[in-house]
Amino acid sequence: MKIAVASGKGGTGKTMVAANLAFTLAQACDVTLVDCDVEEPNLHLFFPAPVTATDVTVPVPVIDEKTCDRCGKCGEFCQYGALTVLRERILFFPDLCHSCGGCMLVCPKNAIHEVPKRIGTITYATPLPRLILVSGYLDTGNPHAVPVIRAAKSATASDNLVIFDASPGTSCPVVETLEGCDVCIMVTESTPFGLHDLRLAVDVADRLGVPSGIVINRSDGRDEATLDFCTNHDLDVIMTIPFDREIAAIQSRGDLICRVSPEWQKAFSALYVKCRALGGVDQ
Amino acid sequence: MKICITSQGSTLDALTEERFGRAPYFIIIDTDTESSEVLENPFAAAGGGVGPKAAQLINAHQVTALVSGMVGGNAREVLVAAGIQLYTYNSGGTVRDAMEQFNKKTLERVA
Repeated sequence: MKIAVASGKGGTGKTMVAANLAFTLAQACDVTLVDCDVEEPNLHLFFPAPVTATDVTVPVPVIDEKTCDRCGKCGEFCQYGALTVLRERILFFPDLCHSCGGCMLVCPKNAIHEVPKRIGTITYATPLPRLILVSGYLDTGNPHAVPVIRAAKSATASDNLVIFDASPGTSCPVVETLEGCDVCIMVTESTPFGLHDLRLAVDVADRLGVPSGIVINRSDGRDEATLDFCTNHDLDVIMTIPFDREIAAIQSRGDLICRVSPEWQKAFSALYVKCRALGGVDQ
Repeated sequence: MKICITSQGSTLDALTEERFGRAPYFIIIDTDTESSEVLENPFAAAGGGVGPKAAQLINAHQVTALVSGMVGGNAREVLVAAGIQLYTYNSGGTVRDAMEQFNKKTLERVA
């Protein structure tokens, strides 16, 4: 089963939910937790452990200036403006390249070949006997998060139970994370901003065919607007976490409420059962 | 000499546009005859990489100089490599005003 944790708005508690769910499940079965928020991964803060790392690369074109006759076909083809063909030379902008390989295909002189370019790393750790933590790290200054997320996802493709912690927002990195998941836990907070972005995030999951369950975090008991939205859109609120000083204190020292409290472990076990029901998975 | 001025509209009396790659129009003016040609920018609303593509477009029209407000790093690299001179105009006036200032040599050349 593949579970994504997303939110729309940042700072609602995706990582907190993902970490506690993974911790709870790892008491009873093998779990893989994947940090897909590759621009600022932070799950490792809750699971300090030694890591091994591998590079993530993408193919980028290299043009053989001797064979190239500056016909301009590659520049015309490139929809991303990564190749500009001038009379005397070709300019290549690696940050604009999406590694589609099209320039190589349209070159009539076969003057283009591809070389790997490093854009990030994937780290692997085993912080608990039954928990594997996979974290994607995008190199600073690199604009393309998606290939790093894709690499982190494919590294865990054959694992049975995987939890993906998405980045905030609703753009390509979130789409890449959600794609192929059985269910998405949407973590929200009862603020106008939280609800605004929840609406967008649920819509994205919906279009990808991934059913959503809602977790209201930092609830002050006045969640009417969010509850109304959920009722109107036929969404289940599968957990409510109160706005509580003790929870904040546990979280702030890098601990997990499920590590501290058996009650919370029970609550996250129940969350998992609801996820399975939502995702239509019966194992 | 042919120069290109980024514009919000399609005439010499239209306001200049500060952005280069996403300018709605490029007005190409022959400074000797003051005749002009209007190019609608096909990349004005495109997703990304518009700077180099717009630079390639105006390069294909054999202009000697570009007059605009802001030119991004990638576009600038293409323009410089293509030997196009860059002049800054950000007084927010019309294309005609930018052209007159260019002719009076009061615009700052930045590349």
